[in-house]
Amino acid sequence: MSGVRMLVGTRKGAFVVTSTGKRKNWKVSGPHFGGWEIYHVNGSPADPDRLYASQSSGWFGQVTQRSNDGGKTWEPAGNEFAYEGEVGDHLWYDGTPRPWEFKRIWHFEPSSDDPDTVYAGAEDAAIFRTTDGAKTWEELPGLRTHDSGPRWAPGAGGMCLHTIILDPVNKDRMFVAISAAGAFRTDDAGKSWQPINQGLRSEGIPDPKADVGHCVHRIAMHPSRPDVLFMQKHWDVMRSDNAGASWREISGDLPTDFGFPIAVHAHEPETIYVVPIKSDSEHYVPDGKLRVYRSRTGGDEWEPLTAGLPQADCYHNVLRDAMAVDTLDPCGIYFGTSGGQVYGSADGGDTWAPIVRDLPAVLSVEVQVLP
Amino acid sequence: MIRVVLPAHLKNLARVSGEVRLEVNGSITQRLVLDALEAQYPMLCGTIRDRQSGQRRAFVRFYACEEDLSNESPDAPLPDRVVTGEEPLLIVGAMAGG
Repeated sequence: MSGVRMLVGTRKGAFVVTSTGKRKNWKVSGPHFGGWEIYHVNGSPADPDRLYASQSSGWFGQVTQRSNDGGKTWEPAGNEFAYEGEVGDHLWYDGTPRPWEFKRIWHFEPSSDDPDTVYAGAEDAAIFRTTDGAKTWEELPGLRTHDSGPRWAPGAGGMCLHTIILDPVNKDRMFVAISAAGAFRTDDAGKSWQPINQGLRSEGIPDPKADVGHCVHRIAMHPSRPDVLFMQKHWDVMRSDNAGASWREISGDLPTDFGFPIAVHAHEPETIYVVPIKSDSEHYVPDGKLRVYRSRTGGDEWEPLTAGLPQADCYHNVLRDAMAVDTLDPCGIYFGTSGGQVYGSADGGDTWAPIVRDLPAVLSVEVQVLP
Repeated sequence: MIRVVLPAHLKNLARVSGEVRLEVNGSITQRLVLDALEAQYPMLCGTIRDRQSGQRRAFVRFYACEEDLSNESPDAPLPDRVVTGEEPLLIVGAMAGG
């Protein structure tokens, strides 16, 4: 019997939540690093017991934690994330230039074939890489020093690089997303980058069709089709069929197209999930109803998934890194809320149940399937 | 022997309980004590002083002998009672946030 391990990052610590492949009874371990903000915990596809956690605090800065035993024990690892060369300026909220300043790591993306190689997305926006299991980190400076860098600006949560997608076929290709700069792609393993924002339209910036400046909240890809990307932008759900060269809107009949996470079904590349949020000034689900929306047509046509989710008096948010899918059959879907609940579905979203109800506000959810 | 009291979060990170005791030689300054602390507990690097600037992190304070030494020069001598081990250097997470 296979097992499932969920890695939950919260405002006040990390939790490791485990179950058998039946996904009915769950065991919660934690808090690990209690009291610290855990923006992300992620495991290596090459060695699922190798975990990396981003631990940070407004008082004590950034700590990186590494586990070699699936989260039973942890060791502090390297936390020196130094921008390479000239730091340069980006735009601040008031439109004035401001130097890049490292604040925290939002996301770890381990390599698919080497447990010691991990990419890290930083605030202020930059991408770092370790090849020695997080002892040391080096920046891939071609992204931060892109010509458009001086025009990048922070979103409400900071100028964060929150999404890193490694192309499973073309190993030199990566996608990243930055709030609020937009999406970028490299085709040479991170040496050079190009903005891939054609087709995005954002009313909140001076030129709604600008090449950079869009507040992209999340991008998702199915590994069998690396040229097809799905995006939850600040407003608008988008799709690209050409590796980001152009995008088209697929919000269709969603009740609102503001939101944070987006995920793709593990076995159905045209089945995608979002959690509509009322608006960018009211960060909670509309009408007091927690509804995941599923499209089985790659967008445009959406159905609400409500069975087992609260349908009255619910005013939670679901953040960008807080939704994940497992690779079992049927596919499992999981998400965590700002109210500290983690919900799961073991049938592709048809029915849901709370896995744990009273954690601190959930920042991130990842899921591993174990042998 | 220099005595240092860490805030709870950093005690957990360094896996210590109670005070930390450090052998520091020469003219005892804040910088020397922090250098020795980080050498003995490398996981504390970057948590008290910024990794890049070497400056005290904004919400970390240094107290000793009922004085706030946070804004003293890092190269100023620490009080005699800290140097002799009679009093500890307190590293404190500033009251902030509620």
